[in-house]
Amino acid sequence: MILWIQQSKAAARDEFQEELVIRPLHSGDIYASFQFRTLWDTDFLQEGQKVSHYRLFPKSLGQVLSKFSVRELHISFTQGFWRTMQWGQPFIPSPPGAELWVWFHDTVSDVDGNWKELTNVLSGIFCASLNFIDLTNTVQPSASFKPLGLGNATDHRFLRYATLPREIVCTENLTPWKKLLPCGSKAGLAVLMKSEKLFHSSFHSQAVHIRPICQDEQCSSKAWELRQTLNVVFDLHTSGQGKKEWSLFKMFSRTLTEACPLASSSKVYVDITDNPELSPATPLLGQAVVLGDRRTYSVYDLSRAETFGQLRSFNLLLRWKGDSDMLRPLLHAERYVAGFGLQTGEIHTVIYNNHPYRAFPVLLMDSVPWYLQLYIHTLTVTSKSRDNKPSYIHYQPAKDRHRPHLLEMLIQLPPHSMTEVTVQFERALLKWTEYTPDPNHGFYVGSSVVSALVPSMVAMRTNFTQDQPLFSSFVPVKEESSYFVRVYTEPLLVNLPTPDFSMPYNVICLTCTVVAVGYGSFYNLLTRTFQVDEPSPPLSKRLANLIRRMRGVPLLT
Amino acid sequence: MRIFTFCTIETGQFFSSGHTNNWAVLVCTSRFWFNYRHVANTLSVYRSVKRLGIPDSHIVLMLADDMACNYRNPKPATVFSHKNMELNVYGDDVEVDYRGYEVTVENFLRVLTGRLPPSTPRSKRLLSDDRSNILIYLTGHGGNGFLKFQDSEEISNMELADAFEQMWQKRRYNELLFIIDTCQGASMYERFYSPNLMALASSQVGEDSLSHQPDLAIGVHLMDKYTFYLLEFLEEVHPASQANMNDLFKVCPQSQCVSTPGHRTDLFQRNPGSVLITDFFGSVRKVEITKDTINLTSSLKPLIQSGDMQIESLTYVDQLPVAEIIHQKPKQKDWHPPDGFILGLWTLILLVFFQTYGIKHLKHIF
Repeated sequence: MILWIQQSKAAARDEFQEELVIRPLHSGDIYASFQFRTLWDTDFLQEGQKVSHYRLFPKSLGQVLSKFSVRELHISFTQGFWRTMQWGQPFIPSPPGAELWVWFHDTVSDVDGNWKELTNVLSGIFCASLNFIDLTNTVQPSASFKPLGLGNATDHRFLRYATLPREIVCTENLTPWKKLLPCGSKAGLAVLMKSEKLFHSSFHSQAVHIRPICQDEQCSSKAWELRQTLNVVFDLHTSGQGKKEWSLFKMFSRTLTEACPLASSSKVYVDITDNPELSPATPLLGQAVVLGDRRTYSVYDLSRAETFGQLRSFNLLLRWKGDSDMLRPLLHAERYVAGFGLQTGEIHTVIYNNHPYRAFPVLLMDSVPWYLQLYIHTLTVTSKSRDNKPSYIHYQPAKDRHRPHLLEMLIQLPPHSMTEVTVQFERALLKWTEYTPDPNHGFYVGSSVVSALVPSMVAMRTNFTQDQPLFSSFVPVKEESSYFVRVYTEPLLVNLPTPDFSMPYNVICLTCTVVAVGYGSFYNLLTRTFQVDEPSPPLSKRLANLIRRMRGVPLLT
Repeated sequence: MRIFTFCTIETGQFFSSGHTNNWAVLVCTSRFWFNYRHVANTLSVYRSVKRLGIPDSHIVLMLADDMACNYRNPKPATVFSHKNMELNVYGDDVEVDYRGYEVTVENFLRVLTGRLPPSTPRSKRLLSDDRSNILIYLTGHGGNGFLKFQDSEEISNMELADAFEQMWQKRRYNELLFIIDTCQGASMYERFYSPNLMALASSQVGEDSLSHQPDLAIGVHLMDKYTFYLLEFLEEVHPASQANMNDLFKVCPQSQCVSTPGHRTDLFQRNPGSVLITDFFGSVRKVEITKDTINLTSSLKPLIQSGDMQIESLTYVDQLPVAEIIHQKPKQKDWHPPDGFILGLWTLILLVFFQTYGIKHLKHIF
């Protein structure tokens, strides 16, 4: 069957949506979350399909996906740490530094080889040092990080996860990220992204998520979705001058002038659940259930000309006062290193369950580098000062210079409690070539990941429709009574015993002197012999002997 | 990019340069916040080179530390070159190819000679050919005959000269301009022996290169003197400018720079007075203008469907399937043959056994 129509229809069904969500936070900070979603209606992993025409989907990523048979790709670059207790839960969580996790297709025979090449190619695309991801910091989680897209098989041999906690995010990562958007940074919401304001914030995270999703309601075929998200939290005091009064111009030093012409929908959502003052007013209101909470939003549709008003520019003004009670986040986690000295230490992970009466299980995943040698026999999990035995433990020990530690545990958290997981470790002494140029800074240990299905007070929607806002449709929801959340803990900074690299010349001189003195003395002791030596007679005696010899008379002694 | 039109420039000059593409390798070798000025040096040369036409795909920028988004920077995402924060050389459109720990002597030499691992992306490679003019700019801390990389290793002037000779043997450049801004920088070009090399340094052997001015708000020195005056000179140059190398040699005399800048042209075949600044700092594209029309045919190929489409039930996966996880069978690990140590241990045990009890007991075992 030859279909002419399908070809042109398929080309026209590429879709691009953009949205910005602004949420005022209780501490006076303001949280802005951009999401750009490009939908691509081609299944290039099917046999015989060779894609050469890219319309809205960026060609660099499309070629990467088909070359390495990638089923799902999630990469994020974050600067700062998300403070859950002050700011609530983010729409899309991310750990500090760079994080990359990829599901490969099950036709791949050499997953490690594909992974290595993929990290190198991505380091060139995003101008980041992702080529430092190798087998020493890659893990294969066995139960965490299930695919967020369509798929039946979940064989974890095809999953790879790695973090680089030290990775810096700056304008050079934002520039190629903006180039992946269909409108670039010239039209639409992306004009607001000026690096001087975005990086002068408490938290900045940009991510790229690619996954296969249902093309329509019946879910008969697959389409590929590229989501680019940028989350930023502006601080009240550094960017806000201490006043809980924010505007788009104050946050981004730009205003919006038009929607992206290639976008099918371009919207700005402002969270008005706590009744802030908002101008310009808009008649459009929406409600959405996100992260177990029903919130009300004012919607501004940028594809309509009246949103921009007389001045052809859209600037939002937001003001609120007073501190109302924030919904306490039900799940929260912290991590720190205890102990003293440079030999041993203890990692403590504390998980809080703030639900008043429900208990729920969480999956804790820890990936510790090989130079912190964990003693798993000292692993203890305590809740409410009683031992709490995990129902599933997966531990893969580290191999020096080959593999990091991987520890995954399914722990049942009792209601309204604090659970503490402790494990002791010993610090290894590295070879002198393995130290970084600034070893006294310390070595980073990546964040722990806590994944949970938290019981929700409000019923969640289980089916997706096209008109749902993007921020509520990221994680697929299977049941109404709970929502999936992932919490990242702080990364750790540990000092390893470091030699003093400034002293090699002095040390060599000192060592050689000590060795020479020591060896010299020892050699003398062993080989020196003493002989009795006659002292030579004084001059007068020698002259007298000379005269006596000439006379032939016996000599003096 | 500049387009030549025949009526304004003589054809003799049009064909005199002999290169068809331009590359730039800009390296900052210093780490830590107090070496802010070295990053500002490199970024100001990057900015000039980009402004004069070399695209990002032809620039390999190596910065050993991040100053713009450093936590000590009072104005994030900016790197200033003039005090009172007049000029932000970091800009909004920068692409750094090698950053942080990747800037090592080995990576620098591999970029120059082209001996990179096969999985290196294109933006990290120097894909020059024998008709390329390359600009190489190094800055950092140096001494007599060496340049320090990130406070942990050094490159010597002999290694650099050998790298350039390798480039010449492999025909990786047409002409090469080498600029270095470090203490005793002239020692780095003393050992060059390959043809078509021109070198400039900010100070002679035995002299230190000095920094220009501190900014009290940022708290560190912003630029080095030589590169500061070089930037001022380059800001006057535009893509069609006729300034030549003799003007570049006069940048920053001793009255301004305190150190004496040096240069070396004996290996260069052309007369420096006839070499344009834009031969190295700008990018030349010789464009052929045609007036014919070219027909583009539409290549809509029919989409052939192979048989029936199986409608398999596509569903999303459960994010935390607790029951499945608890009853997960342990992964079947691939069987590997026993390790050398285990084999050796067993061999030892068997040898001792047969030594003690003799071979005649073998038949009792088998």
